[in-house]
Amino acid sequence: MPSEWISPHDLAALWLTLKLAAVTTVVLLILGTPLALWLARTKSRFKLAIESVVALPLVLPPTVLGFYLLMLLGSQGPIQALGGPALAFTFTGLVIGSVFYSLPFVVQPLQNAFAGIERGTLEAAACLRAGPWDRFCSVMLPLSQRGFLTAITLGFAHTLGEFGVVLMIGGNIPGETQVVSIAIYDHVEAVDYASAHVLSGLLLALSFLMLFALYTINGRIKMVLP
Amino acid sequence: MRFDLRRAEFRLTVDVVVPGQGVTALFGRSGCGKTTLLRCVAGLEPSVQGRLRVHGESWQDQAHFVPAHQRPVGYVFQEGQLFPHLSVLGNLLYGYRRIRPERRIVQPDDVTRLLGLEGLLERRIHQISGGQRQRVAMGRALLTSPQVLLMDEPLAALDQISKAEILPYLERLHEELSIPVLYVSHAIDEVSRLADHMLLMEEGKIRAQGPLRDLITRADLPLVHGEQASAVLIGDSLSHLEDEHLSCIHLSGGTLYVPRVSDPNRGQLRVRVLARDVSVARQAPLPSSILNCLECEIVEIVDDPHPGHCLLKLKLGEQHLLSRITRRSRQQLALEAGDTVWASVKGVALT
Repeated sequence: MPSEWISPHDLAALWLTLKLAAVTTVVLLILGTPLALWLARTKSRFKLAIESVVALPLVLPPTVLGFYLLMLLGSQGPIQALGGPALAFTFTGLVIGSVFYSLPFVVQPLQNAFAGIERGTLEAAACLRAGPWDRFCSVMLPLSQRGFLTAITLGFAHTLGEFGVVLMIGGNIPGETQVVSIAIYDHVEAVDYASAHVLSGLLLALSFLMLFALYTINGRIKMVLP
Repeated sequence: MRFDLRRAEFRLTVDVVVPGQGVTALFGRSGCGKTTLLRCVAGLEPSVQGRLRVHGESWQDQAHFVPAHQRPVGYVFQEGQLFPHLSVLGNLLYGYRRIRPERRIVQPDDVTRLLGLEGLLERRIHQISGGQRQRVAMGRALLTSPQVLLMDEPLAALDQISKAEILPYLERLHEELSIPVLYVSHAIDEVSRLADHMLLMEEGKIRAQGPLRDLITRADLPLVHGEQASAVLIGDSLSHLEDEHLSCIHLSGGTLYVPRVSDPNRGQLRVRVLARDVSVARQAPLPSSILNCLECEIVEIVDDPHPGHCLLKLKLGEQHLLSRITRRSRQQLALEAGDTVWASVKGVALT
């Protein structure tokens, strides 16, 4: 039984973390793909500004991002003032925070992949009767497989390791907003090193395995698509 | 078709009617707007103003613009633009699968046979040569059963060997499929070999247009100048002198002898004669080793950019020949327009 070496409490944190990472990755793919597509093709003067905003989470302390999100989503924030739902300290709030936090890890690989596809290749598809959506599915998606794989893996793995943003807007409600990284922090605070070891080891192994799988698969695709 | 396109340092203004059959060459120097004009026809330049009607159907006017993927054109790009994630067969069938079955006139088996692609179907794109890629690009475009085939310098990115390999396939397309072709090129030898009709472009405008044979011998156009200046003659029939290993091309103004050729499988016998390969004499030549000697009338004498040369336009039956001779010869023979001369032809290329 897993409960012999991992407490139900920690198991819930692990489950919640995986769920958060999965939901965040799906949301990021849905929002990030059109954004990356736009960034890869546009000549708009706003492009550089938007690119900088997307990259901000790379350099900003997560607590700063978390703080602003708390201000936005919290009980005194504009969303609740306009009659919106209370999002701070809920799972939805965590997803919103994670989406911002992991945005560059999804958008940048996708943008690079899309930019690497020659305009001429898409024009050829158009002259072969493929409409815009058809061109996206039959040419852009297969030619940017590696970009998508990288985006999914990095987006998922990066969300797994999230700490600062979650702490700021999610707090530490077990079973609801407590993720693994915060559970580890709690265990260390309580000098329960054994439990901290189990969770840390799990997170380490999981992250390594995902990255290893990514590099292996990317290497294979490279051989097929030079 | 009528187009008006403005870019930073370039303006394309074209208003022209193109024949609905045969091969029409868009000919001109690099940067004169040939490719842009072709892209306008394909619908790849959405910012262009203008009107385009093809076979009586409107593809573009003030009110509407048919997007590229709804225009029944086949486009062969200079660089091929094949899909690297698909096999040769996948590339060939990409457009074919997107055409409604009842509109599929050109069939995959015919195209693979016509273009000699039988052994390559399972290959990936990076495993085939440049010449083979261009053949796949042509096949892929043909399999959409287009109403017009647009070819943008399909041979420009190829070396001499690959070009020589592809030209016969292009000629076969011309003969076996009755799809009108707009063919962009800046190589006069390619154009002389393939085209029936020609649009001569200069700085975004049409300088002249007409049947190829007339245009390349028009003395007021730059085509008659330079090393590649030539005339194209159309032969009426072909016969063979089997024991002498010669073939005779019968033209309205005489007969040309060439080393034995096999009967071309097309209807038209096309002969290209370079201006530098034609010399002239006042009298019928004395018995000599030169086989091809034809009686012609001088129509026009013009200056050549080379100060030591001038160019004669000769009338042979209903067709024209060009001859480039030195000014000195012209003076010594006292040649004038209207004179009758004997033209010796040193080289004949049956194309």
